Amino acid sequence: MDEPTTPAPVIEPGYTFGTVTDKISSIVLTRPTSNGWLLGFGVAFLVSMGLLYAVGYLFLRGVGIWGVNIPVGWGFAIVNFVWWIGIGHAGTLISAILLLLRQSWRNSINRFAEAMTLFAVACAGMFPILHLGRPWLAYWLFPYPNTMRVWPQFRSPLVWDVFAVSTYGTISLLFWYVGLIPDLATLRDRSENRGAQIIYGMLAMGWRGSARHWARYETAYLLLAGLATPLVLSVHTVVSFDFAISILPGWHTTIFPPYFVAGAIYSGFAMVLMLAIPIRKFYGLEDFITDRHLNNSAKVMLATGLIVAYGYGMEAFMGWYSGNRYDSFLLWNRLHGPYAFFYYLLLISNLAIPQVLWIRKLRTSPFWLFLISGVILVGMWLERFIIVVVSLHRDFLTSSWGMYYPTRWDWMTYVGTIGFFLACMFLFLRLLPMISIFEMRTLLPEAEVKAE
Amino acid sequence: MQIFHRSTNTISRATIFGAVFIIAILLWGSIQWQRSPYVTYAKVARPQPVPFSHQHHVAGLGIDCRYCHTSVETSSFAGIPPTKTCMNCHSQIWSGAPMLEPVRESFRSGKSLVWNRVNDLPDFVYFNHSIHINKGVGCDTCHGPVDRMPLMFNYASLQMEWCLDCHRAPEKYLRPREQVFNMRYEQPSSDKPATLDGKQYTDQLSLGTDLVHKYNLRSVADITSCSTCHR
Repeated sequence: MDEPTTPAPVIEPGYTFGTVTDKISSIVLTRPTSNGWLLGFGVAFLVSMGLLYAVGYLFLRGVGIWGVNIPVGWGFAIVNFVWWIGIGHAGTLISAILLLLRQSWRNSINRFAEAMTLFAVACAGMFPILHLGRPWLAYWLFPYPNTMRVWPQFRSPLVWDVFAVSTYGTISLLFWYVGLIPDLATLRDRSENRGAQIIYGMLAMGWRGSARHWARYETAYLLLAGLATPLVLSVHTVVSFDFAISILPGWHTTIFPPYFVAGAIYSGFAMVLMLAIPIRKFYGLEDFITDRHLNNSAKVMLATGLIVAYGYGMEAFMGWYSGNRYDSFLLWNRLHGPYAFFYYLLLISNLAIPQVLWIRKLRTSPFWLFLISGVILVGMWLERFIIVVVSLHRDFLTSSWGMYYPTRWDWMTYVGTIGFFLACMFLFLRLLPMISIFEMRTLLPEAEVKAE
Repeated sequence: MQIFHRSTNTISRATIFGAVFIIAILLWGSIQWQRSPYVTYAKVARPQPVPFSHQHHVAGLGIDCRYCHTSVETSSFAGIPPTKTCMNCHSQIWSGAPMLEPVRESFRSGKSLVWNRVNDLPDFVYFNHSIHINKGVGCDTCHGPVDRMPLMFNYASLQMEWCLDCHRAPEKYLRPREQVFNMRYEQPSSDKPATLDGKQYTDQLSLGTDLVHKYNLRSVADITSCSTCHR
C-alpha cells in the first residue's frame, strides 16, 4: 500500500480570504438562477405538493386510508419517522462533536449538513403527528395545564420522544442560525440589492465583526456545541426506546440504543454524501469539498456500518442463545417469513455492499460513493421496515397474525416528504451560503498565527 | 453605507424583550379561553320552549327535585318530566296563561316538548346519576344553586378537570344521603356541626372521610381510572 504520509488537503491551495468569500457568496448573490436549479426545485416542489394532497386527504378521511391495521398498527409513518430522524443525526455529529474534537475538515460540510438535519427533522416530525388519529390535537402531547387535568403519560417513551425530538429540533435550529450570523453579515455587506441587504441585515442581527463580537460568538458557539453533543446520542436512544421498552420480540432488546445511534449516523453520512457529491459538482466546489471529505465520510460510514452489523449479529445470536421460542421464531420469520425478501435485501444493502468502502479507490470516487450512499439509505429504510413491520405482524398469538401492505397514500406521503426535503434544500442552496465562509477562512494558511 | 436607521437598535431590543411577554400573554390567554364560558357555556342560560323557572318551582313552591326528575335515584338519567307532570298542576292553575300555551299544545297533541339540554356531557363520557346520589353527592354539588336559577344554566364547566376534582378527593364534597336533595345544605363547620351516627363533625374532611367508608366508595385509583368514565 502506498499510503501518502500527509492526507489530502481540506481546501485546495491558492485561496485567500477574499477569494474564498467571493466564491461562496457569489453563489447566492451574483450567480443567476440556473435552469437546472429551477428544474430541480420545480420537481421537488411538485412532489411536496403531493405530500400536501396526501396529508389533506388524511385529515379528511383519517388513518384508515393507510395500510395500518391490527396487528400492524405502526406502518410507514413510524418507519419514515425513524428513517428521517436518523438522517438528521449526521448534521449534529458533524457540527457539534467534530467541532469539539477539532476536526477542522468539518468546516466545509457542516453548514449544509446542519441544514439537511433541520429539514430531515422537519420531515421526521410530521409523521408522529400525522399518525395520530386526531392530528389537530397534537398539542396534547405537551404537558400544559389542560382542562382535563391530566398530564401526558410520563412513563411512556412516546412522550420522551416528544421532548427528545423537539429539543433536538430547537437546538439544531439555534446552532445552525448562530453559525450563520457572521456569514449573513457578509452577505448583507456584499449584496447590491436593497431588499437583500435589508433581509440579510435583519437576519445578521447587527453583526459588525468586532473583536468583542467574535469573543462572545465563539463562546456561544462552543456552548451550543456542548449542548448539542449529548443530543446526538440521546435522540436516537429515545427513539429506540419506543421499541425497546415494549415486550414485543424484535423490539425488546438492550442493543437497540447504541445500534440505533450508529444506524442514524450511518444513514446521516450517506445522505450528506448524496447531497455533497452533486452539489460540489454543479456548483464547482471541488476545491472546498475535497476528496478528503469524501474519504472521511466514507470511513465514518464504514465504522458505523460495522456497528450496525454487530447489532444485527447480536439480534440473531440472541434469538438463538436466549432459548426463547418467540425470539427464535422472530429470527426464523425474518429469514423465511413473508417479508424475508426485504430482510435479505437489507442484509445485502446494509452489510454486504458497504464493505467495498474498505477499498481506498472507491472511498474517493464520487460516482461510486454516491451509489453506495443511495444503497445505504435504502438499506437503513428497510432496516426500520423490518423492525416495525416484521416484529408486529406475527407476535405471540398465531390467531392475531396479519399482513401489512402500504397503500398509495403511504407511498405518496413518504415520497412527498422526500420532495419537501429536497425543495427545502434547493431553497437553502439558493438563499444562504451553503458552506460556512468564515470557518473556511480559518482553514487558510493566511489564518495561521505565526510566532515572530 | 447604513441600511438601517439608528432607531433599529432600540426596536430590535424591544422586539426581543417584548416577544417573551407576547408569547407569555398568548399562552395565558389561550389557557383562559379554554375555560371561559365562551367555550364551556357555563352560567349561560339556554333558550327553552317555555321559560321554566327552577327558582320559582323549587325555592318558591318547595317541590322536591324527584317530583319531576323521577329516575335520578335509580337510573343513569335523571329524567325529563313528561308534559303530564306539568299538567298535574297547570290544568288547575295558570291554566290560561299564554306563556304555557306550548305545554297545553303538547298535552293536546301528545307531542313532547323539546327542551334544550343544559347539562350535556360529551357522548364519550359514561355518566350515571344514581351512583352519585347513592354515594352522597348532593344535587347542587354539580348543578349549583338550581333553586336560585330563574332560567336554567349549567353551573360547572363540565370539563374533565372539574370531574376529576371530586373523583380525586371525594371526601371534599360528600354529604349524608338524606341531605342530597337539600339545596341549601352547608358543609359542617365549628359553628354548625353535623351529626352522623351519633358522632359530631365540625369539618368537612373528617365527615367526608367517614362517609367514604360508610358508603363503600371505590378507591380513588378505581374512580379515576380512564375506563370508569370512558367505557
